[in-house]
Amino acid sequence: MLKGLKKGALARSLWVYHVSASPCNNCDIEILDLLTPRFDVERFGLLLVGSPRHADLLLVTGMVNKKVLDRVLRVYAQTPKPCLVAAFGSCAISGDLFVDSYNFAGPLDKHIPVDVYIGGCPPKPEAMILGVVRAIEKIKKLKDL
Amino acid sequence: MNMSVGWVFFYLLVFPGFLFTSVVGLLYTWIDRKVTARVQFRVGPPLLQPFYDFFKLLGKDTFVPEGAPRSIFLGAPLVGLASVSVLSTVLLVSNMFPQQAFAGDLIVVLYLFVFVPIILIIGASASSNPISALGASREMTLYLAYELPLLFALATIIVKSGGLLKIGDLLQWQWANHPFLYSASGAIAFVSAFLCMQAKLGFVPFDIAEAEQEIMGGTILEYSGPALAVLKLTKAMLYFTASIFLTVFFWGGFRSPRQGWYHILGWLKPVAIIVLIILIKNTNPRLRIDQALRFFWSIVLVLSIVGFILAAVGL
Repeated sequence: MLKGLKKGALARSLWVYHVSASPCNNCDIEILDLLTPRFDVERFGLLLVGSPRHADLLLVTGMVNKKVLDRVLRVYAQTPKPCLVAAFGSCAISGDLFVDSYNFAGPLDKHIPVDVYIGGCPPKPEAMILGVVRAIEKIKKLKDL
Repeated sequence: MNMSVGWVFFYLLVFPGFLFTSVVGLLYTWIDRKVTARVQFRVGPPLLQPFYDFFKLLGKDTFVPEGAPRSIFLGAPLVGLASVSVLSTVLLVSNMFPQQAFAGDLIVVLYLFVFVPIILIIGASASSNPISALGASREMTLYLAYELPLLFALATIIVKSGGLLKIGDLLQWQWANHPFLYSASGAIAFVSAFLCMQAKLGFVPFDIAEAEQEIMGGTILEYSGPALAVLKLTKAMLYFTASIFLTVFFWGGFRSPRQGWYHILGWLKPVAIIVLIILIKNTNPRLRIDQALRFFWSIVLVLSIVGFILAAVGL
């Protein structure tokens, strides 16, 4: 029952920390759309927080390059578990047009476990909300928390 | 009324102390988020959202940063929680049983109010994070800024009532005469105490110590999991307590002038106060710390001294 309470509470209150791993800043701007009156994800308990210590969901934007990889790993280690990771945008998922770049460190899921993939360049707000719904479904399916 | 040990524990832990204050405080944070959302033409979170947040944080890991003294870092939020529980108990019990107040409970309330900024400063300084330390130094400066006007505002109502120092006596004076808010000096004192409470709660325009966008939460930056849950709960309880504080000292407590069902209207007074606080919060930009200091020491302090002089000449 305690686990059910923990899971239910986590599914209803995902606090999002936004990790900029060398993005072009387009995804980052699009994230803010979700807080506007049209989409208003606070209805589902989502909040943007300023510190990875407070976060439950890491949104990693941008193609992870060699220099920023260490920071991404550290931010992931600093986030209290249980936490989820979303690869946000084509760059974080695959590298997109930077695939052949000399400092591309590989797709995000090569380095940290990724729970949700949100595609697009940048993703549409609808796609982001779908990603959040998938994250919530994933929490509900988790066996041990 | 029976004041045996069992009752004292009941008052402290269940009603009107810890349990009642925490539930109402969390509901207050819901009102805060809902009104904010409505001001921004959004829908806002569901009613139980603060409870979801609280239980979620209880279920997460807690990190103690490297180099931080564990007992101080994790103990500070608990001290804050305990002090706010006692604070709301003292305020509400003296409202329910005005005859039972002990001498000098006003001073106790003032000291307990100091605890919250102090535990924030101690916890942030213990976290060994430079940005938290920045938040702590801002919290300290802000505390120095608003404490003097707040004391003057309280001195105003003490002078106005003819030197009463018990909360119960002050309440009975207001029931016998009129709430302090309805006199010139009391209204001025209320305005300055109100602004001080806005700063004490750390709300915009005085959320300089927490400033999410520039120092990422400042004083609470390094807290996570249950420790953060306790801090959030402390803040929620302080939210409720601050509104009771203003109601009890300036607006005649929860009693309304007419009897019967009108008592329920008395309980809406603190809600009216926080809605005002939320509206100020949503219509103002954040001040810099030097602007906040100047604001409190020039405008608010002068305002509260004017109120004090008016009270001394009997207005």
